[in-house]
Amino acid sequence: MSSRETGGTNLDVLEPRGRQVLRFGWATRLRHLPPGLAASWCLVLVVMLWAAAPDLFTGYSGTEGVPGEQLRAPSEEHILGTDGLGRDLYARIVYGARYSLTGAFVAVAVGFVFGTLLGLVAGARGGWLDAAIMRLVDSMLAVPSLLLSLSIIVLLGFGTINVAIAVGAVAIARFARLARSEVVRVRRSDYVEAAFGSGGTFWAVLRRHVLPNSLTSVIALAALQFGSAILAISTLGFLGYGAPPPTPEWGLLIAEGRNYLSRAWWLTAAPGVVVVLVVLAADRISKSIQRTAP
Amino acid sequence: MTRYLLGRIGQAVVVLAVTFTAAFLLLQVLPGDAIMIKFMSPEMGLSADQIAEIRASYGVDRPLWEQYFRTVGNFLVGNFGYSIQAGVPVSHQLAVNLPPTLLLASLGFLAAIVLTVILATLSNLAGMKWLRAALQSLPSLFISVPVFWLGIMLIQIFSFQLGLVSVISPGPVERLILPVATLAIPISAPLSQILMRNIDEVLTQPFVAVARAKGASHIWVLARHVARNALLPTLTIAGVLFGELLAGAVVTEAVYGLNGLGGLTYQAVGNHDTAVLQAIVVISALAFVTINLIVDLLYPVLDPRLGSKLGATT
Repeated sequence: MSSRETGGTNLDVLEPRGRQVLRFGWATRLRHLPPGLAASWCLVLVVMLWAAAPDLFTGYSGTEGVPGEQLRAPSEEHILGTDGLGRDLYARIVYGARYSLTGAFVAVAVGFVFGTLLGLVAGARGGWLDAAIMRLVDSMLAVPSLLLSLSIIVLLGFGTINVAIAVGAVAIARFARLARSEVVRVRRSDYVEAAFGSGGTFWAVLRRHVLPNSLTSVIALAALQFGSAILAISTLGFLGYGAPPPTPEWGLLIAEGRNYLSRAWWLTAAPGVVVVLVVLAADRISKSIQRTAP
Repeated sequence: MTRYLLGRIGQAVVVLAVTFTAAFLLLQVLPGDAIMIKFMSPEMGLSADQIAEIRASYGVDRPLWEQYFRTVGNFLVGNFGYSIQAGVPVSHQLAVNLPPTLLLASLGFLAAIVLTVILATLSNLAGMKWLRAALQSLPSLFISVPVFWLGIMLIQIFSFQLGLVSVISPGPVERLILPVATLAIPISAPLSQILMRNIDEVLTQPFVAVARAKGASHIWVLARHVARNALLPTLTIAGVLFGELLAGAVVTEAVYGLNGLGGLTYQAVGNHDTAVLQAIVVISALAFVTINLIVDLLYPVLDPRLGSKLGATT
């Protein structure tokens, strides 16, 4: 990556903008990490570990309840209490991380890959292709995201992956727009013109010069979209379009907890707090990436 | 100016046409034959001839391009087809379900604006530095809260714990308090983020320094000099927020069990009633495009600096 960024670093020398921190080693940078950002990374790491190895974090099953232990209040045995079928809520949240995170990753991947590709082609080619792609993107943005997701779900059917694809499809337009504007910005710079001038082909220049230099903002958007994808997936799960009931998906946990709202409010509150924290962390990380963008 | 106007309107029409075509392809062509799915089931006990008759009455036995142009024509005169599940015209369903959603959405938007102005003002006036920082980070929190969860939590806190808002047979106003709050909080987040940034930007302008030098207090500067300049650019995202508002209304209605577009959408998705969904998608796109067009055209009128080419630059 760094060898390809020669254009970017040259620009840095020309216009120093108080980013000297980047010149220190990683250890120094780690010590200068703002506490909020560090907490965000820790949280995301923990949730990823939940998804990778849930049995390391809890001894209870995520889907099977203990008979006679229904609707227990939070205690030492069950940190977040148990639900109406005697299932440990903390265990369900831990096991549910896998569904929510996989969904969010698929959604962001769909949006990132297709959106960046569309934006890249539109920005680099220009002309009628650019106009056609951008009108398509405009009309995708004209439909409220929830309605667009629902239309795609009607087409694909219910289920975790289908919901993730539907959420990702909505993000395509946002990625395409950002990628296009970044590509147009980079394209106007001298080093891209020089690369074309010295005989670079369209795709070679795109890959070697334009893409690496326009990617930072797009990656920041990906981090932000990761948070919104978790929100959107939990919303669709709550409405009942995601995985079917025994699955401990976070949105579904909230939907199920709602039935016991007056007796056990923590069943609804706890999964929601987890969603809020993960989305906040993604937002914070996205902002920190955005700050390093040129 | 006329050329700009025509170009802008033309662009809006193109976006609508693309949306309509995409919705037609996505919702009417690709999912297959909704009528076949409903009437083919053995319990209906219909013969092949009867099914063919039903298909002919819905017009789905015609070639695709013919269906497309007929649908275009129908939409233009406000005929959105028949809901296959309910068996009534979609326009009737919309006429029943649109007003409550519009009421909820507009009240939610108004409440969001009030909340935004309060938040932005407080975050600028609060004495303590930590309080200002806390208020400034509130929008990030608001934006991260799932709407449906917020709705449930508000019911829990205000109805069950505090008993302030009755859930059993509430009055017409009482019924709307919590839904409007649920809708307003997430909508106020992007609004206040932009308003706070604008206020900070305007505060660095020379005319603010002049006003200060003449002895104006901070509140005076905010109210007389900053408010107008900072509020106006916030208008530009009003169109973008429309989609959020509608999506929020759909979810809010689902949480509170209110009748409206949300319930209609929810049922349409559950029943694969694509005609209803297509109408909702196209109408919301029309609303989005119109709002953005109005904002774009109104903006130079509200901010005369943009109208004149030789105006002062910042």
